[in-house]
Amino acid sequence: MEYFVQQVVNGLTLGSIYGLIAIGYTMVYGIIGMVNFAHGDIFMLGGFAALIVYLLLVSLFGGIPIALALLIMILVAMVMTGLWNWVIEKMAYRPLRGSFRLAPLITAIGMSIALSNFIQVTQGPRNKPIPSMVSTVYEVFGISISLKQIIIFVVTAVLLTIFWYIVNHTPLGRAQRATEQDRKMAALLGIDVDKTISITFVMGAALAAVAGTMYLMYYGVIVFTDGFTPGVKAFTAAVLGGIGSLPGAVLGGLMIGLIESLWSAYFTIDYKDVATFSILAIVLIFKPSGILGRPEVEKV
Amino acid sequence: MMTKDPILKVEHLSMRFGGLMAINDLSFEAYRGNITALIGPNGAGKTTVFNCITGFYKPTMGMITMRQKAGKEFLLERMSDFEVTRDAKVARTFQNIRLFSGLTVLENLLVAQHNKLMLASGYTILGLLGFPAYKKAAAESIEQAKYWLDKASLTDRADDPAGDLPYGAQRRLEIARAMCTAPEFLCLDEPAAGLNPRESLALNELLRSIRSDTGTSILLIEHDMSVVMEISDHVVVLEYGQKISDGNPEHVKNDPKVIAAYLGVEDDEVDEVIEEIEHIAPGGTL
Amino acid sequence: MAKTTSKTAVSDDNLMARALREGFYAALVALGLFILFVGLKTDQNILNELILVQRWGLLAVFVAIAAVGRFLTVAYIRPFLARQKVTDVVTGLLPDSVATRFFRMPALIVAAVIAVILMFAGETIGAAVPAALAPWVTMIRAFAIIYVLAFGFFYFRAYISAHFNMLALIALLIYPPLMVYLFGFQGSLKYVDNFGIQILIYVMLAWGLNIVVGLAGLLDLGYVAFYAVGAYSYALLSSYFGLSFWILLPMAGILAGFWGIILGFPVLRLKGDYLAIVTLAFGEIIRLVLINWTAVTKGTFGISGIAKASVFGIWSFDLAAPNNFAKVFELPMSSAYYKIFLFYLALALCMLTALVTVRLRRMPIGRAWEALREDEIACRSLGINTVTTKLTAFATGAMFGGFAGSFFAVRQGFVSPESFVFLESAIILAIVVLGGMGSLVGIAVAATVMIGGTELLREMTILKQVFGPEFTPELYRMLIFGLAMIVVMVWKPRGFVGSREPTAFLRERKSVSGSFTKEGHG
Repeated sequence: MEYFVQQVVNGLTLGSIYGLIAIGYTMVYGIIGMVNFAHGDIFMLGGFAALIVYLLLVSLFGGIPIALALLIMILVAMVMTGLWNWVIEKMAYRPLRGSFRLAPLITAIGMSIALSNFIQVTQGPRNKPIPSMVSTVYEVFGISISLKQIIIFVVTAVLLTIFWYIVNHTPLGRAQRATEQDRKMAALLGIDVDKTISITFVMGAALAAVAGTMYLMYYGVIVFTDGFTPGVKAFTAAVLGGIGSLPGAVLGGLMIGLIESLWSAYFTIDYKDVATFSILAIVLIFKPSGILGRPEVEKV
Repeated sequence: MMTKDPILKVEHLSMRFGGLMAINDLSFEAYRGNITALIGPNGAGKTTVFNCITGFYKPTMGMITMRQKAGKEFLLERMSDFEVTRDAKVARTFQNIRLFSGLTVLENLLVAQHNKLMLASGYTILGLLGFPAYKKAAAESIEQAKYWLDKASLTDRADDPAGDLPYGAQRRLEIARAMCTAPEFLCLDEPAAGLNPRESLALNELLRSIRSDTGTSILLIEHDMSVVMEISDHVVVLEYGQKISDGNPEHVKNDPKVIAAYLGVEDDEVDEVIEEIEHIAPGGTL
Repeated sequence: MAKTTSKTAVSDDNLMARALREGFYAALVALGLFILFVGLKTDQNILNELILVQRWGLLAVFVAIAAVGRFLTVAYIRPFLARQKVTDVVTGLLPDSVATRFFRMPALIVAAVIAVILMFAGETIGAAVPAALAPWVTMIRAFAIIYVLAFGFFYFRAYISAHFNMLALIALLIYPPLMVYLFGFQGSLKYVDNFGIQILIYVMLAWGLNIVVGLAGLLDLGYVAFYAVGAYSYALLSSYFGLSFWILLPMAGILAGFWGIILGFPVLRLKGDYLAIVTLAFGEIIRLVLINWTAVTKGTFGISGIAKASVFGIWSFDLAAPNNFAKVFELPMSSAYYKIFLFYLALALCMLTALVTVRLRRMPIGRAWEALREDEIACRSLGINTVTTKLTAFATGAMFGGFAGSFFAVRQGFVSPESFVFLESAIILAIVVLGGMGSLVGIAVAATVMIGGTELLREMTILKQVFGPEFTPELYRMLIFGLAMIVVMVWKPRGFVGSREPTAFLRERKSVSGSFTKEGHG
């Protein structure tokens, strides 16, 4: 039983990270109906930004408190990654808006290839390990919860609350939801659609950057290819939860995290991704619009 | 008047969407060789009836029977949408035109002959190997397409993309395409919507010639009363998913319930309307 | 920003001020983008700890390029293009204005003279100049030759576009002997294998995927799975049962098609992006199974020593075999014969794929695929069983993937899961979309440009001269590939060939403009 709970805690940690990335997929999909394939690499970029900031802080200020360092890492990574996604949206996706549905998908795939190779070229192809930043572990009822995990939970929860508030209770969120419903009408009613979409991309990237920082802190290592697998998992999470739905993305992320950690714990670790993808396929076959997605009504 | 040989029988049809009863215990018949019109105010459930007949929706309750000329009967509510067309020979058009806009007009008509051609091509394999039987069938299918192009006066545009046609021509093409499936029963969802008076006349002509030349029976939803009154042999009126009138155009035109429905009066006011009509036209058609 | 360029009334001062301002903004943005990733580099020191290396000079270069580029675009290039457009409209030169300005007779003469001199006297000149300049001489020669060839293409463009298929086929047929003639047997290997065969494999794969994505409009992100099934079918059946290539080629195709049906059956009711993610998931599942099912597939080590193909069993390319091709014809031993044979084999398989695709499009099933892409509901209203129609598209595409896979296995002599990653699916899909969905010629051109272009980068020794000897162009291959995907797509969102050829016509065959065709919802 303790083993099980332990695995659930581990799974939820992983799931929080997936959830944070999945929100970026789901927001962009919701607002312009496009699968932003480069989002996984945006996450990786965020992780690298955090890594470089960390190294910079350590080399400049030596014994900086970890909490402060983490905060600075998160903030700088959010800004940097947001800027990247803003530029990417402007250069690679905006010119194709309103054209052919597959065109932005292809530029997104191209961007994904370009971003990971950009990091490979500028930062080198090797693994980038950092010494453990936070190593405190608490024992609660025989379950060990590390401080890292608590940080991840807290950061995820706080960010989700903020984002939920923004989307549901601010003029910006209203503009986003209006653009999502009907872009042309929103524009006619005086909403700056381009700006709203840009902000959505920046918000998604900022969350991915946080996820990247958390990933770096949790695993203590990052490499230029790290965008792909978590990216695909998070996309899977977004689809599993019902793409376009914010709570769905988080739920999907947590589910994927749980499936992974429980499968690795009780079955074989080799096939954990096979299990994840199989469950995705099975869920979609029986519930084609995901768990919390609005069912697509076939208009005849 | 022709003998009343029902080609389509709708019995106790009900369709529920969540809490909404879109069709409530609807029964009517369409007769062979007739043009039957299904009319009613917006939201009366006409298109839902169509979707139930053509297999796009599964009705909550009720029975839809299609009887072919040869006597074979089909229970349409048990069949999936493509089987309704393929086996029961019921073809349809859509309220918002659904053409294959990137295919040419001719190709649109060839796609409609898919099942016939599939068989002739030996499920692609014989056709791929260049067997003459397929070549012959392909040539025949082009002849068939030409016949309908001519009927719909689209021959000049045969090699243009369907999406490039003006609206009225797209409507005619959709009807011609449905006819290329060689149906016995043709369902048209608002064929005259958005047409100008001249196009509307051409449409009437096309529908009449379909009825007289091919013997195909037609069921149509229409808002344009001039079309309905002009060409239909039999009219069924729906309101709130229920039938409120059924008969020949003359009968329906003067039915006070129909007038009330179209004028939009409350149920308890219907009697008043009846009175009023009797007052205006004594010895009316009640 | 673009809105104001059309106003010719903007005075030059204003324009300059704006250009300077925008250049400054561009510099700021570039600084923000690159300060962490270019300005600093994470590196390992002797203790294996990460340290930061500073590269402010490089960062300055990046920022300067952004600023100057933006400034020039706003101040000169955009007004120039706008003016040029007006001139072109006035002079009636619009359709090929840029090209006619680029291809001028005097330039041709100069280029031809340079090309001829350098081709015949290149050796002596190369020896005469300092060693550092030698690659530049080669580069100038290459550019001169390319210019002359391009001029020829441009001059005869009407004839070429009218007879493109025939000319392309002839060019492909004489390609290997030409390479052997130019570079000798050993030297031709690179061109026949790395360029020729590599590109043909991608053409084959992209044409196969084209059936699924381009014709039927089903977005398949896991196409590489069928490629893997084909490759492993050949590798396993050949090493365990010793069956020959000519038996296994069709078998691999059939097996892949069979897998297409198995995978397609449950997922084809899904639409759009859901279908995309599930196909991606299946692609990954197959790869993961190949990695982990070590008992059969040997996992990441892969299967090596796969038997070579023979010329229908008559001549073999095994060195030990008595009917070895070189032995029979008493030729000097070389691996080039095998590569040339493979080149023609790949070409034949491509032609087969093209032939079948072209014929299928004229069959009822092919028309139903395209109709499905245009409007699925209308298809069902015409009595078309969309599930089987989708399945046949999926299976046919998978079958061609299987053929390509078994060919890949026989060419490499080695298969491992590493060859079947998602990136491959993405590249194949990109080629299909960049080429113009549904167009065989466009897709072949896209494969040649994208794959050939990135292969060409390996050959650019000249870049070492520019960026220093430790510069490895291969490293930048995928970076440039990704950026090229974006640039081409933004430039031509419908792909190289955006129009569609109708499959039947009454009076005249008119291409259907891309603005009418749809891209499918599945």
